Amino acid sequence: MIPEVLTFGRTGFADELLRGALVTLYIAAAAFILGLVLGQIGAMAKLYGGPMSRMVAGFYTTVIRGIPELVLILFLFFAGTRGISAVGQAVGYGPIEVNGTLAAILVLGFVQGAYSTEVLRGAILAVPNGQIEAARAFGMSRFQTFYRIIFPAMLPNAIPGLANLWLSVIKDTSLIMVTGAGGELFQATKNAAGFTKRYFLFYLVSGIIYLVLTLASNYLLVRLERYVRRSQSRLA
Amino acid sequence: MDWSWLPTFLPLLPHGIFVTLQLLVLTMVFGLLLAIPLGLVQVTGPKWLASIARGYCTLMRGTPLLIQLYLLYYGLGSVFSSYPELRQSIFWPILREGYYYAVLAFVLNEAGYAGEIMRGAFLSVPKGELEAARAYGMSPFQVLRRVWLPRAFRNALPAIGGETILTLKATPLAALVTVVDIFSVADRVRQETYIIYEPLIMVMIVYLILTFIITRIFGHIERQIPVRR
Repeated sequence: MIPEVLTFGRTGFADELLRGALVTLYIAAAAFILGLVLGQIGAMAKLYGGPMSRMVAGFYTTVIRGIPELVLILFLFFAGTRGISAVGQAVGYGPIEVNGTLAAILVLGFVQGAYSTEVLRGAILAVPNGQIEAARAFGMSRFQTFYRIIFPAMLPNAIPGLANLWLSVIKDTSLIMVTGAGGELFQATKNAAGFTKRYFLFYLVSGIIYLVLTLASNYLLVRLERYVRRSQSRLA
Repeated sequence: MDWSWLPTFLPLLPHGIFVTLQLLVLTMVFGLLLAIPLGLVQVTGPKWLASIARGYCTLMRGTPLLIQLYLLYYGLGSVFSSYPELRQSIFWPILREGYYYAVLAFVLNEAGYAGEIMRGAFLSVPKGELEAARAYGMSPFQVLRRVWLPRAFRNALPAIGGETILTLKATPLAALVTVVDIFSVADRVRQETYIIYEPLIMVMIVYLILTFIITRIFGHIERQIPVRR
């Protein structure tokens, strides 16, 4: 019943698609984490930074969020690989060939960082000021205040926004296709469809795989949100 | 930086902007028209209809737009082209054109996202207002047209503004199926002169300006709406 092109092994493309799905998850997860780190830095810069760092962070979020992801990915991919290669040349290492998957992670992570900045900034702002003042009054340092009070208190506010970002980064990995690098699910689908000329079948199957990834993520994220909200009252 | 291509290729830009804006307006208008029933049946419709609408929204929001576009353009397109009768028919010029597939994919996708927004917006209208309208003897359709829909639409306006920006940022995908929009200008320059960065920078600036203008327009519309605080 299953068409031969969808079997495992040499004649089918099922293993290629599954490997693509794994690469997609890997790129998405790494980019998401990189985005979180950049987002945390950005949010700190926007909330507590001086005028200079606030301006840089503002420029970063405004510009990145105002430009189509497809254009940004293409630009950052070319600019990034050329930049790294130029740096390699300058330090006498010779031109560096940047691995496509790594480039995809860096580019998507950089874009994610701008969106994460806004989510985390909003989440930190939603922490009641009294709690932060109380922590200070207890003599906690800025760092202690952050990881003991602000961080756990902002998580419930941040999770829904971050969940949306996770779902969008899974979908955005497909855009890596324009650079011809990455080897993720969309690229695998495109190759398989082009090779077999069964376009409809392969894009349909690949759509189902993406749907499974997003639905499974959604299920886990709802449970995670319930977990971080366990200390909040129902009516809050 | 090499901007020597600019005088030759700049004349392509107005047409590109026109096509992008055309895609944007068509997508938002038809997407929202579809979103109204999608949101409404999830709030008041019979259970089976509500679950169909919910499933549709999940499907559109859970898969990449690029897959949807390619499924229509390459998938459906390859199925169409296997029928010789269709290739000879008068519809073939339309069925061959990437533009119509792009519009269809964007509209269907947008309907999924906006359907969720409209569902929330319909729920956010206070029950008392609907009861009052019914008590005046309005028919269910009149309640919808005079009270429920206008109120829901106002509540949804900020979210629709956000959706418009997101749609603008999705439009360059159309260039992948041969639509000549803003983004395709950069492609054209690259193909003819092998210059990569400068045209992309120009395109990014154009998108930033459009984003800014759309944000201002929606801000202006939102300020027109009387709010009682």
